[in-house]
Parts: sequence; structure tokens; C-alpha cells
Amino acid sequence: MTAAVRREPTFVGMPPFPEAAEAELANPVQRANLRAATHTIRAKRDAVVAELPDWELLRRAGEAIKDDVLARLPGLLEHLEAAVRAAGGVVHWARDAAEANAIVVDIVRAEGVDEVVKVKSMATEEIELNNALAEAGIHAWETDLAQLIVQLGDDLPSHIVVPAIHRNRAQIREIFVREMGRVGRPAPERLSDEPAALAAAARLHLREKFLRAKVAVSGANFAIADTGTVCVVESEGNGRMCLTLPETLITVLGVEKLLPTWGDLEVFLQLLPRSATGERMNPYTSMWTGITPGDGPREFHLILLDNGRSDVLSDPVGRQALRCIRCAACLNVCPVYERTGGHAYGSVYPGPIGAILTPQLRGIARHPVDAQTASLPFASSLCGACFDACPVRIDIPEVLVHLRAQVVDGGRGPHDRAEDAGMKTLRWMFEKPWRIGFAQHVAGVGAHFVRHGVIGRVPLPKRVSGPVGAWFADRDAPAPPAESFRSWYKRTEGGREL
Amino acid sequence: MRLALFITCFNDTLFPETGASVVRVLRRLGHEVEFPYDQVCCGQMHFNSGYRRDAVPLVRSFVEAFEGYDAVIVPSGSCTAMVREHSATVARTAGGTLPEGVARVAPKVYELSEFLVDVLGVTDVGAYFPHSVAYHPTCHSLRMLRVGDRPTRLLRAVRGLTLVDLPRAEECCGFGGTFAVKNAPTSAAMGDDKVSAVLESGAQVLCAGDNSCLTHIGGLVSRQHAGVRVLHLADILARTDALPDVPVYRPGLPGASDLVVGHAPGPEATR
Ligand code: SF4
Repeated sequence: MTAAVRREPTFVGMPPFPEAAEAELANPVQRANLRAATHTIRAKRDAVVAELPDWELLRRAGEAIKDDVLARLPGLLEHLEAAVRAAGGVVHWARDAAEANAIVVDIVRAEGVDEVVKVKSMATEEIELNNALAEAGIHAWETDLAQLIVQLGDDLPSHIVVPAIHRNRAQIREIFVREMGRVGRPAPERLSDEPAALAAAARLHLREKFLRAKVAVSGANFAIADTGTVCVVESEGNGRMCLTLPETLITVLGVEKLLPTWGDLEVFLQLLPRSATGERMNPYTSMWTGITPGDGPREFHLILLDNGRSDVLSDPVGRQALRCIRCAACLNVCPVYERTGGHAYGSVYPGPIGAILTPQLRGIARHPVDAQTASLPFASSLCGACFDACPVRIDIPEVLVHLRAQVVDGGRGPHDRAEDAGMKTLRWMFEKPWRIGFAQHVAGVGAHFVRHGVIGRVPLPKRVSGPVGAWFADRDAPAPPAESFRSWYKRTEGGREL
Repeated sequence: MRLALFITCFNDTLFPETGASVVRVLRRLGHEVEFPYDQVCCGQMHFNSGYRRDAVPLVRSFVEAFEGYDAVIVPSGSCTAMVREHSATVARTAGGTLPEGVARVAPKVYELSEFLVDVLGVTDVGAYFPHSVAYHPTCHSLRMLRVGDRPTRLLRAVRGLTLVDLPRAEECCGFGGTFAVKNAPTSAAMGDDKVSAVLESGAQVLCAGDNSCLTHIGGLVSRQHAGVRVLHLADILARTDALPDVPVYRPGLPGASDLVVGHAPGPEATR
């Protein structure tokens, strides 16, 4: 293997959401890709959800099971730890990304290898494990098709389930042709952009890596406290290969991924595939409990990752975000995500769940945060489509508004003095009816100078003219009428002279 | 039954005709509606923007203004949702007697279509409006209040009105309160898609139960000279053969024969 150590770009240093979104909006190819993909998944999801007469009950069951887990998390985690140990696994606890990465690096080094295969995992994305491995001279090979596209393209993931959703077939073909040969088996000659041909190219490219790898790293969808069983659901079979072929398996598990008992899986194996990919069941569901001599990996390491989750748990409103099973249904229905794409959110968790989870993981309730983090709770029109789609009933709009209050009232984000002054003025005006009456009268006088009741383009760049300029960049507005409703009602005694 | 109108600060200031329409529709149905002058604002903008503490005095004044009424009628889905779903949260922040006040008043607050259909049991309000109309279910009416088909049942009963399907009707228009200015380009991109859907529908008029969303959509229509009118549900329900035009209380707009009531005039206006 001669490939140089590659480093994926990171989200660090991304601008706040409004700026990042504006840049992404200017990419019509991406917008078309996203629109097509999200609408397709949405339709499939709606169809398979409609098949179940008890979908609402399943959602409530999912919510209740996860809330129960969160209510007694420490005890359940110790229970899990004991069960995994009893089954021959090794359990590690990691407070943050640095600790988790160091544990993985140490295990890989101890095996004396310089490469690992990876099952797509949000937890390892969150802690930027690939970068940490690269710094230690270890190659991490992504084996999920979409994640491979992201890795080869030196790109960032933009969706929780389909990380390369912002790419179309032609772009993927070009990445394969250009990059595969640099890190392993090159793309076949005359590769077409047919999905089957692209998948076949990925299969050939990955096969040699699967067969050679001594160590695999995975995330997990669920872990069962009772038995110590870990579960990964996926669609391509690459996960199954990683989980069974190598000698050593390392799983990084966010501590909220627990389920108390095996029976609880029943609910989630109905909720997750339907919500995520619009399938009744995903093609591959792998479960393992510790190690089994003569079958699968000889060593199993489970890393229990906190990385801010305890902080999230301590917020009674915000903690519902920890129910998330990473199905991405909320992304697929989100009108903001559909226009801006995932990169604008500046985090591995984009879309509605990203807008509430990322700020909390970064600690919005505890200490002041940067402009990017503080912008995320505002990256939503509060339309509520995410809540309706969420299989575990996370009230995302409620958490968004809750986090906005933490940013503004708690002074945790960069202070926007103009907005603050505007809001205080409005409150002052609204506190006494005569004040709003007086303001309406003044506005009404101004209206006499506006033609046809419409205010059009304002000749100021929006950065200079603030919210007013932002509104008028693309929109007209009605001029305030000469008479407000309250004046009319008083003058006409409730319209009696009509 | 003692009825009160909560006009909402936005309608009060920018769309007085919508309030007048509510008064006219109710009077036609044999009900008088009072307008308590002490009312101001439900606090939604402050609450949704994170200025939760600043919403407290507004929620308090809402409770004071509307205690003692049997029903409060609101020509806005989002303000109704604020009062019914969120003012309790604000009241909890404040403590004292405010939570009880909210608990007394909030359940009596109805969005217009809910009040007409559920409380009065009416779907035909005797209106006449000979135009093709597409209905946009605004997010808070749709997903927080779950008004369902109440507005379209009311529209279907309007004589002369042709209700046409709005493609992708349940997608947000992108207004979202301060979202429209904090994330203006994203908001406009969402609104542009809504305008395209309205044009696809072929409707002459886009109707909704929230003037705020209509201001955003109408503002884009006006800028693009797209030639579609936007009208609040109340302003359609108020029209009859005898009074084809809702009175318009603003200067500069053609008052009599034109369909337009508000803010989306033809191309000539912005030249
Ligand atoms: S928040 Fe809900 S819908 Fe979104 S990814 Fe998590 S579980 Fe899925």
C-alpha cells in the first residue's frame, strides 16, 4: 500500500448557518440532487408507514422505551458493561472525542497494523476518528458506498443515512475514475454512470480491503443492556463483512444507543428501516454478543462514548434529542435542509436533528458558544414537519425554541445588539395598547407617500440595512394602511356605519 | 355567548380589512363580536425568537384582555397556536397566577375556521366569490392546530368559487417569523417554490388563514410580477353578491371593482 495518509476536510471553521446556506443555495446541481433524492425517500417512507395500522402506537412505544433508557442510563450502562465483559468483550469508557480516539489508536497499534476497515458510523464521524487515525499513520477505509464516495472525493458527509446525497451519478463516476487508483484497486476501464456499474466498481475496490483487514471499526444502532448484544443495521452487506471478517472489532457506541432488553428491538426494527430508507426491513441486520471462539472476530472492544451526552441529559427539555435513532426522516422532510443541503449545518449532524443536537453536544446550556453553534437553533422555519416524521416523537420545534431562549436570554451566543434593541422596542410598544396605536398612526401617515400600497425594492445592500434589507432583497411588502383595525373599529363602532 | 376578536398585532397594523371581514362574517351569521381595546400581541415573535422573558408581559396582557369571554376568535393559525400551545410555557417562566390565567383563557381561543365549523357548526357562511382559489395550509394551522379540512370545507361552500389543488401544499412557504429575515435567502428559496406551485395550480387567488405567510408569498409574487392574488380566508368568506369587494381601508389602492384587497397588485405598481 503506497497511498499517502489522506485527511478528510472537517467542519471546523464553518461560517454560521445563514452564510453557509447562502453559499449552498447558489449550487443548482446540488439543489436538484437533494430535491430528487429527498422526495423519492419521502414517498417511499410514506407508503410503508401507511401500511402499518399501528404506526402511531409504535412511535409512542419507541418514545417510551427511549425515555425509560434515558431515565436510568447510568445503571443500564453498567448492566451492559457487565454483560459484554461476561461474553468476552472489553469495555472502555470515553468522556470525549480525544479519549475515544486515543483508545482506538492504541488498540490498532497493539495489533501491529496500519489500516482498518470501517462500517459507516455517525459516532466515529462525530469524533473525527479518521483524522485521528491518519495522524497516527493508520489508514481508515470507509466501506459504505456513500461514505466511500465522500472519502474518495475528499468531501464532507451531508446526510445521516446517505452521506453523499448531494452527489449525482455523473459526479460519483468521475470521483471513482479519478481517485480509486490512488488508494487501491482502480475503477474499471470505461466505467459507466449506471448505478449497478458504480456499485460493482465499489465492490471490486473494497473486496481487497475486506480480505486484508485485521481490524474493523464500527458504530452501532442499538446495544442491549440485558445481554450485551450489539446491533448494526445496513443495506449493502459491507457492514456484515466488516463485522465478521477481521480478527479485531472495535465498536464506538454513543451512550444513548442502549435498549434495556432484546424484546425492545422489535419496536425499533419496525421504526428504523421504514423511517430511514422507506423499506419494511433493511437487507442486513447483524448482531453479536462478545466473542464466539471459531466464529467472527477474536477480540471485541466496545467504547462507550459520552462526548457531551451527559450534558444533554441534564436538560429536561433538550434531552429528548437523545432519543434519536439517526434515521434521517426529519432531514428528508425538512424544507430548509432540502434547499441548503447538509454542509450548511457545519456538523456531521445536519438538518433538524443537527440543529438541536449539535449545539447541545457542544454545550450551549453551560457556556457561551461560537456564532456557528449559536446560529443552528435558528436554522428552521419551525414548520413542524420534522416532528411529524420522527419515529421517536422528538418535538424538534420545541427544542429549537428552547435552545433559542438559551442563546438569547442566557447570553450564550454572540450578542446581536440591533435585534435585541428591536425586540425590546417591540415589547415596549406592545405592553400598552396606546403605544401600538400611536405607532400605527405614525406608520399610517407614512403610507400616504407609498404608491399602490406596496413597498418595493430598497436600494441598500442587506448587510447595511439589517432585517429590513434582508426582507426586501427578494420580496415586496404592503405599506401600512392609513388606518389600523383598532382605529377603524373605534371610528365606525365596529363597522356599524358600513 | 360573549365573543371577542383577537385581531393580532400584525393584522391590526397591516391588514385591518381581515378584521373587518371577521366582524362581517360573524354578524351575517347572527353573532356580535366585541373588540377589547386592551389587546395587543400574543408574544409569538418574542417567544419563537428566544426572547422568552420578554413574552411574559405580552401573555399577561392577553389573559387580562380576554378573561370573561366565552370564545376568542383569531384570524391566524400561528397566533392561535402560540396562545393555545406555548403561552403556558411562557406563564411557567413567570410563575405567580399567570399559569392559572392561561389555563382558563387558552382553551377558549379558536382559529377562525375552527370557530366557524366546530363551535358554530357552520360551513356555508353565505359567501359569493366567483374565482378559482388554491388553499395553502399554513404550518401552524396544519401541524399544531390540526385544523385539517375545515378551511377547505368553508371554501367549497362558497358560491361561485372553484377550489383547485395546490401541488405540494403541505410544504412550508418559508416565512417562519424572524426566519424570513435571519435566513432570508433560504426563506426566499422556499417561497419561490411555493409561488411556482401556486402558478402550477392555475389559481387566480391563493388563500390561507395567516396573513403573515401571505405577506411573504405575496411579497415574492409582487416582486416577480407573477400576477396571482393572495387573500386571507376571512376576506373571501366576507364577500357576497351584494358586497363583492371587501372595503379596503388604505389609500392608493383601487377600492371598487378589482379583486385585489391588499398587497399584491399587478406589475405597474413596482415600476
Ligand atoms: S430526530 Fe427523529 S427523525 Fe430525525 S434522525 Fe433522529 S430519530 Fe430520525
